[in-house]
Amino acid sequence: MSLFSKQNKEAFINPLNLDNPILVQVLGICSALAVTSQLKPAIVMGLAVTIITAFSNVIIASIRKTIPMRIRIIVQLVVVAALVTIVSQILKAVAYDVSVQLSVYVGLIITNCILMGRLEAFAMMNKPWPSFLDGVGNGLGYALILVIVGAFRELLGRGSLLGFQLIPQSVYDAGYMNNGMMTMPAMALILVGCVIWVHRAYFYKEK
Amino acid sequence: MKTNSNSYTIIYSAVIVVIVAFLLAFVFQALKPMQDANVALDKKKQILNSLNIRDLSNEEADAKYKEVVIADEVIDEKGKIVEAGTQGGEKAGFKLESKDYKAGKLALYICKVNGSRKYVIPVYGMGLWGPISGYIALNEDKATVYGAYFNHESETAGLGAEIKDNVAWQEKFQGKKVFTSGDDKTIALGVEKNVTDPATQVDAVTGATLTSNGVRDMLHEALGKYLTFLNDK
Repeated sequence: MSLFSKQNKEAFINPLNLDNPILVQVLGICSALAVTSQLKPAIVMGLAVTIITAFSNVIIASIRKTIPMRIRIIVQLVVVAALVTIVSQILKAVAYDVSVQLSVYVGLIITNCILMGRLEAFAMMNKPWPSFLDGVGNGLGYALILVIVGAFRELLGRGSLLGFQLIPQSVYDAGYMNNGMMTMPAMALILVGCVIWVHRAYFYKEK
Repeated sequence: MKTNSNSYTIIYSAVIVVIVAFLLAFVFQALKPMQDANVALDKKKQILNSLNIRDLSNEEADAKYKEVVIADEVIDEKGKIVEAGTQGGEKAGFKLESKDYKAGKLALYICKVNGSRKYVIPVYGMGLWGPISGYIALNEDKATVYGAYFNHESETAGLGAEIKDNVAWQEKFQGKKVFTSGDDKTIALGVEKNVTDPATQVDAVTGATLTSNGVRDMLHEALGKYLTFLNDK
């Protein structure tokens, strides 16, 4: 099987659109609501989840044949928890600023349903390389939605993107106000709902 | 391979836990010095922030801290010096944490900025979701705020987190008085939703009343421990 066979490409591309973890499987909603009040943490969280999904997929896929079926979830959890701890320790040592900014979110990755979902549904029955692609694809699919929601919430809630003020002061002087609702998690849920709606209407065909 | 027997399952889980434990212990040990250095550097930057010296690179911050901080003293609640500290010190007051402060060992940074003497006092308290902390720099008269910096662990981004991220809000503390005139027994410096005394009070952060209350309580309690020192003119 070649490195980029049809199945492998599908493992990578499907989660971006047709099988998106948030839009179609509705997994990982919890963190998607928590970290999207601004664009920057949304991007960093998306990248962190991508890296950890990819590597935990590879590890589980390479030891999948040795794992006793009855404790497979525990083994998966141990691998994920170890990876998350290592990543957060490395962040603290090398990129202290980023780790301070992410603080609790890094720990939250352990509980991200997408991770366990992919390990259980894909890595347990596929080889390491397709599992790696599947992990990267799902991580990016997750990151994509986080970025869309984060961008809307920051733009409408604070008038800026990545901390850079986009809506000029003159507009505020004319009576425009930031929408405080946008900074609340409830609004993220409604926005995710809108994104799912658009996705269903234009990009997604029921099988 | 028979992977469903009881003994295999038990041995497998034991082995994987031991491997992971060793791995984590190794990573932790290997990275500890780098993490400690980062934490110390971050603390220096926070102290410099309270002295209105902001946006320094890592090397600049290290050098500036050595130049600005004359001594990192440890004092007790009676204002007596327990440890004298050193120029650019990292051993005495610098090493103290919130638990030392609760035990009555108070850190005090004697600083010199542009030729005039400043005192930096670390403060610790509780915000809405978790601990908050900060540094208050006072002028030589021990009564006027020269600058302030606040930090938090888990306040809401965009609301309570503004106490750290919003530099303009921290700058509002500049020039505020610690006491109201005539009363030097209670700390008046604080954060209020409805400011009644603009000489000592700062506007609360919009949408973060509980975090702002935390900052107020933190200032009252933490600076209260330094009362003897503050009144010793």
